[in-house]
Amino acid sequence: MTTVAVAGRRSNPASRFLRIAFFAVVAIVIYQLVLFIALQQTWLVGTSALPADQAFPVAVQQTINALSIGAIYALIALGYTMVYGIIELINFAHGDVFMVGAFLSMFVTLGIFGQTVGVSVTDIPFLILLLASALIIVMPLTGLLNVTIERIFYRPFRGGSRLAPLITAVGVSFILQNLALVFVGSGDRGAPQVFPLEWQIKFGEAKISVLSIFIFALAVSLMVALNLFVNKTRLGRAMRATAQDQQAASLMGVDLNQTIALTFLLGGALAGAAGVVWGLRFGYVRQDLGFNAGLKSFTSAVLGGIGNINGAALGGFFIGFTENLASALGFSRWSEFLVFLILTFVLIFRPTGILGQQLGDRA
Amino acid sequence: MTDVLNATKITKRFGGLVAVHDVDFTIPEGSIVSLIGPNGAGKTTFFNIIAGIYDPTAGSIDFHGENMIARARRAWLEPFLWLTPPAILLLITLAISTSGNQVLTGLGIVFTILTLLGSMVTGVSRPLAYQRAIRRFGIFRSARPNDMVVAGLGRTFQNIRLFANMTAMDNVLVGMHSRLKTTWIDALLSTPRDRREEKTSRVRANELLTLVGLKGRGDVVAKNLPYGDQRRLEIARALASDPKLLLLDEPTAGMNPNETANLTRLIGRLRSELGLTVLLIEHDMRVVMGISDRVTVLDHGERIAEGTPDEVRRDPKVIEAYLGTPPA
Amino acid sequence: MKQLRARWTAFRSRSHTFAEHHRSATIVITMLIAAILLIFLPRIPPLNAIQGANPWYDAFANAGVFVLLAMGLNVVVGLAGLLDLGYAAFFAIGAYTYAYSNSPFSGLDLPFFPMLLVGAAVAAVFGIALGAPTLRLRGDYLAIMTLGFGEIVPIVFVNSDPYTRGTNGIGGIYRPEALPFFGEFSPLTSFNYMVVMIFIVTVAMMLLYRLHDSRIGRAWMAIREDELAAAANGINTVLTKLLAFALGATTSGLAGVFNASKLTIVSPDQFSFSVSFTVLAMVIVGGMGNIWGVAAGAFIVYLIQVVLLKQLNTIAETINLPALDLGPIHFDLAKINFTDYQYLLFGIALVLMMLKRPEGLFPSQARRAELHAAEDLGANDPALVGALGEAPGSDELTGGSEGGS
Repeated sequence: MTTVAVAGRRSNPASRFLRIAFFAVVAIVIYQLVLFIALQQTWLVGTSALPADQAFPVAVQQTINALSIGAIYALIALGYTMVYGIIELINFAHGDVFMVGAFLSMFVTLGIFGQTVGVSVTDIPFLILLLASALIIVMPLTGLLNVTIERIFYRPFRGGSRLAPLITAVGVSFILQNLALVFVGSGDRGAPQVFPLEWQIKFGEAKISVLSIFIFALAVSLMVALNLFVNKTRLGRAMRATAQDQQAASLMGVDLNQTIALTFLLGGALAGAAGVVWGLRFGYVRQDLGFNAGLKSFTSAVLGGIGNINGAALGGFFIGFTENLASALGFSRWSEFLVFLILTFVLIFRPTGILGQQLGDRA
Repeated sequence: MTDVLNATKITKRFGGLVAVHDVDFTIPEGSIVSLIGPNGAGKTTFFNIIAGIYDPTAGSIDFHGENMIARARRAWLEPFLWLTPPAILLLITLAISTSGNQVLTGLGIVFTILTLLGSMVTGVSRPLAYQRAIRRFGIFRSARPNDMVVAGLGRTFQNIRLFANMTAMDNVLVGMHSRLKTTWIDALLSTPRDRREEKTSRVRANELLTLVGLKGRGDVVAKNLPYGDQRRLEIARALASDPKLLLLDEPTAGMNPNETANLTRLIGRLRSELGLTVLLIEHDMRVVMGISDRVTVLDHGERIAEGTPDEVRRDPKVIEAYLGTPPA
Repeated sequence: MKQLRARWTAFRSRSHTFAEHHRSATIVITMLIAAILLIFLPRIPPLNAIQGANPWYDAFANAGVFVLLAMGLNVVVGLAGLLDLGYAAFFAIGAYTYAYSNSPFSGLDLPFFPMLLVGAAVAAVFGIALGAPTLRLRGDYLAIMTLGFGEIVPIVFVNSDPYTRGTNGIGGIYRPEALPFFGEFSPLTSFNYMVVMIFIVTVAMMLLYRLHDSRIGRAWMAIREDELAAAANGINTVLTKLLAFALGATTSGLAGVFNASKLTIVSPDQFSFSVSFTVLAMVIVGGMGNIWGVAAGAFIVYLIQVVLLKQLNTIAETINLPALDLGPIHFDLAKINFTDYQYLLFGIALVLMMLKRPEGLFPSQARRAELHAAEDLGANDPALVGALGEAPGSDELTGGSEGGS
């Protein structure tokens, strides 16, 4: 009677990790090859087609970029998928929690450290201090924001119809967006790119930005931590049990309120982390950021199989790669359209997502 | 006597859990058949398979001699089937467009789009006729709950599922939905047919409410009815679709002995007056033994006994399943 | 006094009975009264002090567009219980359809009234194409699909500039041909637009009420209440939901045609998510499922949006309060532009309504009775106790005696 499962199937963790890593490497290599070939095609990219020796470094750099943007989507998607897994609600406000995280991170770097430009490559300890404090301040705050939203706006509807909380979630998202509009105004706000952009590693002709590697590494370590938490701890077990069957879990002594709050806390914290790295990566923040990023991340979650943590990560990277492919080939203004097409095709042909289990589509 | 329903080797798994295993089951026309068993025996799952809510993992169900429910076969072929007509039209349109006749090409495009939409709508809404048609191509997909109602099956739910915020009358009228002919266009134009049907269906709904003992309560919102009345309203709603076979899932649960006795009489009357066949899940043995022609016992998803009430009552396996030990 | 009250009660009950039995006639009569009020109210104080008659007519005609949108969305959200977050996309499709048929850009000049239906039909085509694959899944997916669709449609219009002139939009759309008795649609007065809008709203309301009272309307409500039970009572849920969704799209497309002809320009920024959200907020405020309530709610919300907030601006400027200065917080009432806060207000209104008054500001009589009776029963409310549980396995199995083992 499983409808959604938060965790994947159990096997030896080391071998599972190796298997995932293997598939990841294979996928990255394939993507690079595709990009490498695509970049040379005049019929596809027109006059901006590159000869092979130039296309290769571009392909490498773009792949690393794709990994970092995919990591951001994956981090946000985790929050969507966990909340959906546990209370079957699309938390529309989640994207806006991410936006709030991005602004908070901006306030931390500007307000507390007064840092407006990149830290010098030689001053790594300060950079670490800066990033660590941004994460340590922002993640709990966005987590708490998410918990508060659940407590005030979603809990009253628990056990009732599904339409009411869904509409409320849209409303909360809109409120957050417009509160941000009131406080910070519309348009792009420059976020300090404290991570030195010029810090790059040479890989043959290609220059790989350390920032992208940092983002990817941060996201992966957070995901691993989340996986360990969900699979190895008592609270994580309670979460999985609640996702499987709320009623049974509460009969077994799981504190539903606490478990659901915890889920929102974790999701919000991950969105906060995504917000921190967003500012570093793109150098701007805006009040309607959460809408677009939220839509893409939710698509990632659906693509991976909603309710499935590993699926959300997978979907996030997939969407990141798709978007990167579009922009690398000069179609970046169609990237949203592409993501929507993916969503459509997933819903038509495999609504359960790549890793999702059977969800009934009847009645 | 012919069989209304014939289930062969029904199995249903949920993940690792086998809820129903290899159950054969027949319901002769005009009989009252009961399905009993301890908690968790798979009765409601079996019920839901018959009603078209779950696809069985294996096995098939014939309803009035027509195979309605089984595991899907060649379902992947289905989209190709309904994509064929628009694809043909598209090719024709392309052929026309080479001639350079803009008006004809435009018409071709419009017709292609309309056919595609029609195909899509048919494909996703899967009316019964369409399902029968695709079976000729070897594609089989189980009938859905609403198709089973059209085919002549009515049901109630174990935990009452009325339309809580609608009136009792509207609940019964919804039950009549599949028997009403007016389309949304009739309704928009308020055609005489629409008005006539609305009038006759209200009369019929009142009759049904009277039959189950809710005379004059038609205007009460369903959730404000007392518990026993809600159960009865659910039966009226199920009867509104003029079923041949009525599935009742624990109709007397939570009723007092007086109400139970009334309901038992009602079930008897349904057979004698309306000629219905009834399949009953019930815990109250007095009800089961009192009115059933045949009783089937499920335990752990398997059929452990089948026979007349007397035979079943004496069956040692049944006694063991219920009590664990033989009676003193 | 007592006698008067008794008479009033009698009149009320008689008019209710009349309204029950002669829905269409009631709508026509009420809309006629409304039309007369709308024509003469702007000429009397205090309304004529705020703005002249023509700006009022203009506001009424625009409000009519939102009334139409809200009535259409009400079918989807209020009656069938589906969340459509991309409603503005169909509005855009209707508007662009008209722009193609009646502008120097395309060189066509097709008659307005048939185009109303064509625009609606084109929107319906898109509605069906979007709804058919999505509506067989559980309801949440529709919300996200429509949200995506609403986001994509303006992007497509922006990006395909050779066909749509990108962000500039298509301008110079021709006005409708002259009406008998009312004359030309002049750019100077919106009176004719208002008259046409009242007519459209009347017809739409009549038709929607007919559907609402029919077998289809009951099926929608049944699906909203309990989708599985609706299917188990012979309702083809996919088809019925699709009809509701397509009808919503149709209404939106029709409103789009009207709006394009009135503004004489269409551009992608007119169809952002905030339009969809505004309409959703109107439906919620008016009372989901209640056609009259939603129409009234949309009308009032729109007037608040365009008239009241502007008035507040001028009032705030004239009363000239001293500015509040508390370090980082600087609060100057005179400088506040209240129209900047409109979407925040809509958001708050929507959430508050959902939490505190889900039946809306204008609940229908039946609905109010229900909710009051429900208060007496308290916890016995099966709508609260029984979860909707669309997926097999979520509810049926855990529900009772079969649970868990």
